[in-house]
Amino acid sequence: MDFLNAIILLLNYIFVPALTYGSQLALGAIFVTLIYGILRFANFATGDMMSFGTMFVILFTFYFQSVGISLGVLPTALLAIPFGIIFMVGYMLIVDKFVFKYYRTNKSPPVQLAMVSIGVMFVTQAVVRIVIGPSDRRFFDGEKFLIKAGEFKEMTGLNEGLAIKSTQVITIIVTLILVSTLFWFLNKTKTGKSMRAYSDNEDLALLSGIDPKKIVMITWIIAGILATIGGALYGLDKSFKPFTYFNNMLPIFAAAIVGGIGNPFGAFLGGYVIAFSEILLTYAYRKFFIYVLPESMEPGGLVQLLSTDYKFAVSFSILVIVLLYRPSGIFKGKVL
Amino acid sequence: MMGLIILVGLFQSWNIALSIFNLCLISAVMTMGANIQWGYAGLINFGIMGFTALGGLAAVLISVDPVQEAWSAGGSNILFSLFLIISMVLAIRYILKNFKKSKNRTYIVATIIILGIVIIRFISEPGIVAIEEVDPAKTGFLGGLGLPIIFSWVLGAFFAGGLAFVIGKVALGLRADYLAIATLLISEIVIAIIKHEDWLTRGVKNVIGLKRPAPYEVNLQQTDWFIDLVEKFNSTKLNLITDLNERQAALNQLVIEGSSVFVKLCYSGLFLVVVIILLILTQKALYSPWGRMMRAIRDNEEAANAMGKNVVKQHLLIFVLGSAIVGIAGAMLVTQDGLFTPGSYRPLRYTFLIWVMVIVGGSGNNFGAILGGFVVWFLWIEAAPIGLYLVNLTTAGLDDTHYLKVHLIESVPYFRFLMMGVGLLVIMRYRPKGILPEKIEIK
Repeated sequence: MDFLNAIILLLNYIFVPALTYGSQLALGAIFVTLIYGILRFANFATGDMMSFGTMFVILFTFYFQSVGISLGVLPTALLAIPFGIIFMVGYMLIVDKFVFKYYRTNKSPPVQLAMVSIGVMFVTQAVVRIVIGPSDRRFFDGEKFLIKAGEFKEMTGLNEGLAIKSTQVITIIVTLILVSTLFWFLNKTKTGKSMRAYSDNEDLALLSGIDPKKIVMITWIIAGILATIGGALYGLDKSFKPFTYFNNMLPIFAAAIVGGIGNPFGAFLGGYVIAFSEILLTYAYRKFFIYVLPESMEPGGLVQLLSTDYKFAVSFSILVIVLLYRPSGIFKGKVL
Repeated sequence: MMGLIILVGLFQSWNIALSIFNLCLISAVMTMGANIQWGYAGLINFGIMGFTALGGLAAVLISVDPVQEAWSAGGSNILFSLFLIISMVLAIRYILKNFKKSKNRTYIVATIIILGIVIIRFISEPGIVAIEEVDPAKTGFLGGLGLPIIFSWVLGAFFAGGLAFVIGKVALGLRADYLAIATLLISEIVIAIIKHEDWLTRGVKNVIGLKRPAPYEVNLQQTDWFIDLVEKFNSTKLNLITDLNERQAALNQLVIEGSSVFVKLCYSGLFLVVVIILLILTQKALYSPWGRMMRAIRDNEEAANAMGKNVVKQHLLIFVLGSAIVGIAGAMLVTQDGLFTPGSYRPLRYTFLIWVMVIVGGSGNNFGAILGGFVVWFLWIEAAPIGLYLVNLTTAGLDDTHYLKVHLIESVPYFRFLMMGVGLLVIMRYRPKGILPEKIEIK
């Protein structure tokens, strides 16, 4: 019984939250990695692009709520996401046309493109803050919990409750669907294959008649979808605040590089690596040991490896270690 | 540029103008540091925030009086932990140097690190708790050395340079954009440590009331020579007032205003000295054989390597030098503010804004770096008034209570981001070398 309790405890406080957080990071990391693999620069506007997409989702959610459209138990935001994506993709294509295209056709070094993305970051940030403001916003509605801790306790008779929020389930399901569609697209369709070819060797791809304009456009469209959904899911699960989104860029970069930048599957797993290590290393295991160990060996302190203040630092340290010992990431990067 | 600042002085107030000027000078120092790395050597350092914060930490550690109680409560534990950390690093170095690379070696190093961390935590934990319990509302940290704060400008350089040495050893081999991301993340780690190690820095409780190198306003207002000076300075204005009481009141007002301007002028003088010294040194370096070698390395690493230049060593050197300059700027910033707030170090303000300055000013040109620091900081501060003016202009036809107008006026502070972004994009597109491009003289 104690053993079961311990497992439920870990499930409740480590596994489910880490899986959710990891999914959100994974979407962002695939976004970074796609841009890096095909457009060949590190996009420092990642976090702000995500908040830009989320902003549209929120605006549409508020509009739908005011009109009285809702999805019942599901959050209205799910209905708003497609509209958000349309605006987001439009924005990205405009940015690409007016900003990035020039440098791409001039074959500028990646560093210059990265600098330009900082300019885009500033502008996007300004637009988001001017339109929706810098404050914290919650746009979640519908049923909050799938399983409540109390109900779970009653049902199973255990001491530990397992609470699963509906946003967590939605995040994980949506991520799985989205990512598997993406991999199917990249590996099975002609366009996807030509994208991979372009990423692998640009000149060779051009020789074999692949249209670079089309590739770039599709990349931005996919990136827009990923950014909007990733951002909206994060906002649903936690809350929307432009500054947090900007900061989320850092673990997202960490996830992309840990997985091998340029490799979407690596980025997907990288998200989970980062999320799990952040939570595993900063969780206080005291209660877990109380359940598992006999009473005489109960620990005195919190049994916490690192204080939760260092949550971000954990992922960055992992990144630094990976960069040192395996600069190409866990999976070989630079090929889609 | 100076004209613009003088205009602010005339129209807004001399106080504001001088505080903008001082921060422009500090920004110029930071930009020069970043410019040395990027402009001379082509190294991207997105960790400017971390070096700035370390400089600030140096200011705290130099100027605050030592907290005796805290030292007696937990000082020995901390010192012992420090000793352990140093011996751990030395042991690892010894192993890495004297044994061949093998699986066993990796395991041994890993064991040393893990064991070391566990032991250090056990030893430092009670010390940290004891230190943080010493009067937490006022101190709760070890304090510093109690020296004049000006020394911290040197120590800040050493701190930042030391960190840069470690980062450089680790990360300089990376490709340009990897290096950017790695330095950005490492600087976040530095900030996390400064924020949460309360025994050292007081963390988010902030350290306030640092000692100043300049006189205090309150003291100035009571010294005779200063009052005389203000009286002389404003004699024509004062002579117009005939009533003695009124005249005294006007003088008092002027003295109060004058004192804060005077203090700011003191800072400006100190900062100007630093900027000028750095400018002379960097200018000399740029046109020396060493500067030419750096440019050669930047433009073609392989060729420079083939000519027998030690690229790795020079990269490390310039990374350390540039970061040290940023560290000086960090210490200067804390000196001017008189307080150290770890929570205020944000990458946008301390890393990306500095980069905008470097790019806008002109990378590789020291005057460009200074100009960039001035222009960008001036716009950053004055963006809100300019934005407000523009909003009023464009929405002039709308009612004052119109929701669009109200909303826009509320969001005026964010126009600075827009201005910075658009400015950066325009410069990158139409003048990629900056306002003052790099001049290479061939003699």
